[in-house]
Amino acid sequence: MNYRSSYFILTCIGIGFAFLYIPILSMVVFSFNASKLVTVWDSAHSPTLKWYYSLLNNEEILDAAWISLKVAVINASGSVILGTLAGFGLARFSQFRGRFTLNAMTTAPLVMPEVITGLSLLLLFVALEQLIGWPAGRGITTMTIAHMTFSMAYVTVIVNSRLATFDTALEEAAMDLGARPVKVFFVITLPIIFPAILSGWLLAFTLSWDDLVISSFTSGPGSSTLPMVVFSKVRLGVSPEINVLATITLGVVTAMIIGVSLWMARRARLEAA
Amino acid sequence: MPFAIVLKISFSDVDLAIPPYKPLLEWVGKNSLAIKVNFNNYAFLFTDSLYLHAFANSLKVAFLSTLMCLILGYPMAYGIARARPSLRNVLLLLVILPFWTSLLLRVYAWIGLLKANGVINNVLMSLGVIHEPLTMLYTPFAMYVGIVYSYLPFLILPLYANLEKMDWQLLEAAEDLGCRPWQAFYKITLPLSRNGILAGSMLVFIPAVGEFVIPALLGGPNALMIGRVLWDEFFANRAWPVASAVAILLLILLVPFMMWYQSVQARETAGGR
Repeated sequence: MNYRSSYFILTCIGIGFAFLYIPILSMVVFSFNASKLVTVWDSAHSPTLKWYYSLLNNEEILDAAWISLKVAVINASGSVILGTLAGFGLARFSQFRGRFTLNAMTTAPLVMPEVITGLSLLLLFVALEQLIGWPAGRGITTMTIAHMTFSMAYVTVIVNSRLATFDTALEEAAMDLGARPVKVFFVITLPIIFPAILSGWLLAFTLSWDDLVISSFTSGPGSSTLPMVVFSKVRLGVSPEINVLATITLGVVTAMIIGVSLWMARRARLEAA
Repeated sequence: MPFAIVLKISFSDVDLAIPPYKPLLEWVGKNSLAIKVNFNNYAFLFTDSLYLHAFANSLKVAFLSTLMCLILGYPMAYGIARARPSLRNVLLLLVILPFWTSLLLRVYAWIGLLKANGVINNVLMSLGVIHEPLTMLYTPFAMYVGIVYSYLPFLILPLYANLEKMDWQLLEAAEDLGCRPWQAFYKITLPLSRNGILAGSMLVFIPAVGEFVIPALLGGPNALMIGRVLWDEFFANRAWPVASAVAILLLILLVPFMMWYQSVQARETAGGR
């Protein structure tokens, strides 16, 4: 197999990556801009960190970020537990009734337009509140549950595809040696699929941290998440602080992804050795 | 014990995932004189041309965006799949990275680029290409750019996964037999990657139909998308029943595409290994 690529393909890749990265880079550059007019470079006073200070003193954004963080962590942990169970069930028990339904139901939220998911969850919460008095009012709890419904689907898909290539002989060997199923699950299965679970957790965290539409439908007064605050700010016009926020987000995400992929590469090498 | 887990999962799944299927029922349960009012809402949707127009426009926008994603994304996926294996993962990581950063912030980046005094206009004017700033923000053009930009990774990933499994010797054989590169691509690569193309396109098309954030921020007041109509009915007009009816119609519209996606996915996993 050869790896030559035509100039046409190389050009396409170049244009594609330029398209993906120019907007992001422009945000990073202009986050150091002194001028309040976000896109006009003020060369006399730039680069400056003044908007970084201003962001770190912005109570509204910090509060919202705190709420977002709480929701995202609870959501990621909850959806990893539920998603792993569902993925495990889907991968292992191929002949139970409702398998097709379960499969369809877990993948439907992946492509469902967010406005539909958000609206229907809100109506469900409202109906539940009238029926059994829970959840009383809307806020962080309802938001977290709503986020879990769609994050869980992603985790399920990831875990399921990892289990598809899992060597079940390992589990059988453990059971032959007298381990009970629960022990096998925790001692053998879980450590092996751990990378998939970790990616699932990170993905669920990101999805929740980033979500605007479903949060807007299911949140209540006083529980605005970061995307909701950013959205209302952006609607009123651009603000240099948002550039800073974007740069920080980008930095954290890049570091996290590079860290995780290095860790996984190392793990893969250790397993191979 | 394992069956108990499955049973538990299937219950939690039903609990969490079923709402997207029957939001209308929730609303009916909430309102005792529902069913008749109900039909009125639908009748209202069909008599007011605004809604039909919004549906048609959403389909058009989603279709064209998918097409543009495909034109840009296919060569990229192809190029990545044919790159050296060591380079492949890096390129793939670069495609995924923007997806992990917030959608809202990426859309915001385009506002900075496309504004009247934004980066693109400033660069073009300082180069002397144009003398008046171009109006790009709040136009359909900006909306298409935003949608293509946001959904491009969703198209590249499944397509890449499909192309990666391809046997490139087929292409060499075709060339040996006298096919020109374009002919070989058209006759071999394209048909073989059909499932990847379909899966990727569905992942772009279905969410794009209901997209709210991008048209709201980049599209300007004339960008009539159904996701936006639903949002406005719900938040601005407080017309929950109408919003629910819109959601139901949107769902009915999208379910065939979702089922199509499911069957494509099933075929892909069945024939993949």
